Amino acid sequence: MASQSQSLLQVRDLNVSFQTYAGQVKAVRGVSFDVGVQETLAIVGESGCGKTVTSKAVMRLLDRSGGKIKEGSQILFQGQDLLALRKKELNQIRGNKISMIFQDSMTSLNPTMTVGKQIMENILTHKKIPKAEARQWAKELLELVEIPNPEMRLKQYPHQLSGGMRQRVMIAIALALTPALLIADEPTTALDVTIQAQLMDLLASLKERFHMSVILVTHDLGIVADFADKVQVMYAGTIVERGSVEEIFDNPRHPYTWALLSSIPGRAQASKSKLYSLQGAPPDLLLDLQQCPFAPRCRYCMPVCKKAIPSQTQLSESHAAACWLLHPMAPAVQAPAGIGGTAHA
Amino acid sequence: MREALFEVKNLKRYFPAKNGKSVKAVDDVTFDIFKGETFSLVGESGCGKTTCGRTLLGVYPKTDGSILYEGRELGKLPKAEAKRFKRRNQMIFQDPYSCLDPRMTIGAIIQEGMNVHFKRSSEERNQQVTQLLYKVGLTADFASRFPHELSGGQRQRIGIARALAMEPDFIVCDEPIAALDVSIQAQVVNLMIDLQQEMGLTYLFISHDLSMVRHISDRVGVMYLGALAELADASLIYEKPLHPYTKALFSAIPDASRRGGSKNRMRLQGEIPSPMDPPPGCKFSPRCPYAQEICRQQTPALRELEPRHFAACHLAEQLA
Repeated sequence: MASQSQSLLQVRDLNVSFQTYAGQVKAVRGVSFDVGVQETLAIVGESGCGKTVTSKAVMRLLDRSGGKIKEGSQILFQGQDLLALRKKELNQIRGNKISMIFQDSMTSLNPTMTVGKQIMENILTHKKIPKAEARQWAKELLELVEIPNPEMRLKQYPHQLSGGMRQRVMIAIALALTPALLIADEPTTALDVTIQAQLMDLLASLKERFHMSVILVTHDLGIVADFADKVQVMYAGTIVERGSVEEIFDNPRHPYTWALLSSIPGRAQASKSKLYSLQGAPPDLLLDLQQCPFAPRCRYCMPVCKKAIPSQTQLSESHAAACWLLHPMAPAVQAPAGIGGTAHA
Repeated sequence: MREALFEVKNLKRYFPAKNGKSVKAVDDVTFDIFKGETFSLVGESGCGKTTCGRTLLGVYPKTDGSILYEGRELGKLPKAEAKRFKRRNQMIFQDPYSCLDPRMTIGAIIQEGMNVHFKRSSEERNQQVTQLLYKVGLTADFASRFPHELSGGQRQRIGIARALAMEPDFIVCDEPIAALDVSIQAQVVNLMIDLQQEMGLTYLFISHDLSMVRHISDRVGVMYLGALAELADASLIYEKPLHPYTKALFSAIPDASRRGGSKNRMRLQGEIPSPMDPPPGCKFSPRCPYAQEICRQQTPALRELEPRHFAACHLAEQLA
């Protein structure tokens, strides 16, 4: 199929769990998705929904934190199963073909190494070139991420840089070897809006320039609307809805997506009117799912929702949602007012 | 006529730094807060909005300027009045994890201030705690729990209950929702709006979440590097910002309803200069795309350019 050959990353039935004193926390439960070449996929959801664990699983960064990827999970990158690779083979891909930017630049950069050394480290790990050449390369990277005075900055330590600048350094390290896939986990959450805007513009232009695919993990729906091509909404370790940006924002079909979209105050909403707020808390991830995970908090909950897990209903080639309301026998339900420009379609 | 609760004039708060320099966290700020309104201060980190709120409550002594509370100079209140001021003016903090003592039960946390300000029997106090817990949407059994047993949203409710225990009429809310998930943010903001309407509270809402500020505020002040850049009713400032910084700040908000908006976004170059030696003239001039000679030489005053709409920009008329 044409769409298959286009996809860079294929994740199939990914299950990740963590062993804790209380039992097994099933953080990601049977997640499957594709990322196409030069495509930006946004993973959104509340804290603890499994979005970060999913992205870290792709990099296989979970082993140290006790995360176990279950048998039967598959992560295919350019046709190669990352879960079957040995450490050495994996290290040739990590930082080289797949790179990651983390949320907190202060703790992700090494405080005892100069910025230049940290950028060179990634280059020298993967390329056998003289140090001077790597240094020149690092300088060009700092220019690329629009840091003024790169020669001076190379010799500085992370604490001498502002938050925005440190995040730029992280981008420089991640892009050093022009990866095919960049995973950005909340890249701008700790930053101010004007700096956030600068960085997202920078990321967008670098993505074009290097023909990268991006997985953007965030809880900020505004950034998603601006930057992503595809969106998947996660809840309690499962994907409850996926679709193109247009489909998710103009015609969302899952009640959880509705809830997320209506909790942000919109421009049209009267000042000091009641914001829609979701009651209750997400389900305990220690337990197995017997029902729709969202059922206890869902205002449209039907008897069937508490008896069986809904399967994904395909609404278009790219749009799917896991909700019993989409079953042919379910009553018709309108999205709440103010959501989805084309709710009547 | 609206009645002012606070009248702040030329307020300055400097912090001493190395080499005899000082950090000008709040530098000549003038504004009023009216009874019963929500006044918001917005701006990027380090712009002085938190310092402003704390100086208002006397947490930090002011360096210069005046703060009138109900028409009287704050620093000159008699002792009994000063104690009453402390009770009636409360604060809610950003981080619900570090602002509650982990070794105290929720009940003890809420009661602590009551012991200082009210003469009540322990029975009355416990009754009060139960009522307050209901008021913020929790149940009586929370009183015997410890902070670590609670989620972030629940903790923030405890922070609010603790403030309400003092029967305040003014609350400084310093980024009360920044650490919470979107759906929890909505819950906490709904609660704050309900309480305001029920008890006639006045809020100073400090935040960098501009869409939430738009939702909750009556008036908004935009701060940049310790000074007010613009001040107006919320509807005016969002519909028609006059200061170039406000325009840039508002256009940087990623907006779910405005897709692909990044193309017509006003981009700001560079970062905020250090408040230790701010640039001469208009503090925004080094980053302002419209800056001219006058901007680099003279500090612009906050002028009423339209009714109830103030901005500190030399070129506001030309740019409008």
